[in-house]
Amino acid sequence: MATVSETHTAKKPSPARWLVVAVPYVWLLLFFAAPFLIILKISLSDTAIAMPPYTPLFQGFGALGDFASKLDFENYLFLTDDPLYIRSYLSSLRIAVISTFLLLLIGYPMALAMARAPTSLRPTLVMLVILPFWTSFLIRVYAWIGILKPDGLLTLLLQTIGLLGPNEQVQIFRTDIAVFIGIVYSYLPFMVLPLYAALEKMDNTLLEAANDLGCPPLKAFWKITFPLSLPGVVAGSMICFIPITGEFVIPDLLGGADTLMIGKTLWTEFFGNRDWPLASAVAVILLVMLVVPIAIFQNQQKKVV
Amino acid sequence: MAKSLGPVKRKFSPWTDPAAVPFIRFENITKRFGDFTAVDNLTLDIYEREFFSLLGPSGCGKTTLMRMLAGFEEPTEGRILLQGKDISGVPPYRRPTNMMFQSYALFPHMTVEKNVAFGLEQDNLPKGEISARVEEMLKLVKLEPFAKRKPNQLSGGQRQRVALARSLAKRPKVLLLDEPLGALDKKLREETQFELMDIQTNLGLTFLIVTHDQEEAMTVSDRIAVMDRGVIVQVATPAEIYEAPNSRYVADFIGDINILEGTVVSTESALGAPGAVRIDCDGIAVAVEQECQAVKGDKVAFAIRPEKVRISPDQPAETSVNAVYGEVWDIGYLGDFSVFLVKLADDRIVRAAQANVSRLVDRPITFGDMVWLTWPLDAGLVLTR
Repeated sequence: MATVSETHTAKKPSPARWLVVAVPYVWLLLFFAAPFLIILKISLSDTAIAMPPYTPLFQGFGALGDFASKLDFENYLFLTDDPLYIRSYLSSLRIAVISTFLLLLIGYPMALAMARAPTSLRPTLVMLVILPFWTSFLIRVYAWIGILKPDGLLTLLLQTIGLLGPNEQVQIFRTDIAVFIGIVYSYLPFMVLPLYAALEKMDNTLLEAANDLGCPPLKAFWKITFPLSLPGVVAGSMICFIPITGEFVIPDLLGGADTLMIGKTLWTEFFGNRDWPLASAVAVILLVMLVVPIAIFQNQQKKVV
Repeated sequence: MAKSLGPVKRKFSPWTDPAAVPFIRFENITKRFGDFTAVDNLTLDIYEREFFSLLGPSGCGKTTLMRMLAGFEEPTEGRILLQGKDISGVPPYRRPTNMMFQSYALFPHMTVEKNVAFGLEQDNLPKGEISARVEEMLKLVKLEPFAKRKPNQLSGGQRQRVALARSLAKRPKVLLLDEPLGALDKKLREETQFELMDIQTNLGLTFLIVTHDQEEAMTVSDRIAVMDRGVIVQVATPAEIYEAPNSRYVADFIGDINILEGTVVSTESALGAPGAVRIDCDGIAVAVEQECQAVKGDKVAFAIRPEKVRISPDQPAETSVNAVYGEVWDIGYLGDFSVFLVKLADDRIVRAAQANVSRLVDRPITFGDMVWLTWPLDAGLVLTR
């Protein structure tokens, strides 16, 4: 009997236990839920020439009814009016989809080669993939300006090996191509690592078994290796796709005037036009758009666990 | 079981027929991994419809030998002939062998059915034929109700059956089994051993099994090759391996045995002829009736299985030869057998096993008793290697 009551007391959560559980929730509440609610509120209010540049967030409990009556969806309606926003969203999605596909195309063979490398070499290879993180992201993107600009390193290299004449220059800086190069370069580790994790734990005898049953190596890759690495493919794609959609720094630094991305539009609304309510509405819509891929990612993660 | 003919143990011994053509021939095979020689100049013939075991401790090269036949490794030297044809350089996916892997290597993303069908699909057989064959195989291993399950929804025994069905589905000329029953518990293992023998007999296939479990090898095989550090020490039927091991290594590896080192005192007949050999094993006089492979003065070993040693508290009529006297030091009660460890005056231990034929709880011989151990002339054997 004593043991029974003991287990019961052990199961009753002590205050210390609550504290441990509460920490992540408090964190999420303070740094995710609260800011999001503020953004949501701002997106529903009107622009005001004031400091901050929107009608007050909260006027005290007495004015609660008054406060609610002032909220409206006019900012959201405006987003549908001006084709700029819809074009920005679509262009962002297009760039994110193409970039994710390019990342898969480059990342998969890399991850596969790493997973098939001798066990002693693998930690070094993983290290090499992570190494770029030691330099600030911003500095790395700036470095690409130095490479891609018309009189940059790439032009110099191509002129030296004779692929370009002495007066010709590479004209990709401030175009979508430069944006793709920047994105693929910056996000590659996020694609390679989940793929590597999925491929590395795969049992090699499965491929031997497929071979033994009459399946040549290339076919065995598509029948066995690829389907079994799908969790890694989904994880890598989502980890890249979601932040690329909202990317700002890369299109701002490497892209041209005609490179439309929602992150850039958002920035212009906030800092150029000082229309915080409209910018907040843009941000809320972006989040709603990304809920679907985030849900797919979460679901996949659950399946893996 | 498809049309069970019953496990009729036929008289089957093509290896004694000099005209028989081997089905598989390993010819002077050497395999090196860097500095390590896994298989050393090994020659071995395996015949059609044979159930052949490669037996040895881990690292003796048995798995390497099998992997060379499957095509996963290429021999460094020598060649492998299958039905007289050199198969060196033929990739695994074009060899008429199939393998059942130690880890089973089932495809986790496919159902049982799809796993079994995998090999057949590679041959582009018509759909109807594939499903018929899959059904037949699942019936053979009694897994029809589990066709739609994924491997992780099966028990260890069921997975092992799926692996067997998958490797049999293509009707390979040779089925290679790599420690096939290692992961099963003893009861299930024994059951499966007999099923394997049934399947092999009924389908008329050649089975090559790699195992470190001597009991398993003894149960299922027509012949066993005992390997040690890349070479074959002895190839023979299970009974020959047990009753007439050719060396201390084989004798010690298979079953329980007493080995007494000694010197040949006299031989009754010429080298190679039958007759009595007398040995002095540090004070124990031993006489053995066998074909003599040693001459006077040779260092040899006298080996005798515990169950062939008689134990008795009474002094035998003849005590000058094949008889030792000692104290019961320990008794191992195994249920069907009891093993007595008898300590001689010079601290050497000789084991004797006795079948527990009655349900007596009070054994006539117990710890500390002084007993006589005796054995007939033909019970033990002289090992020169």
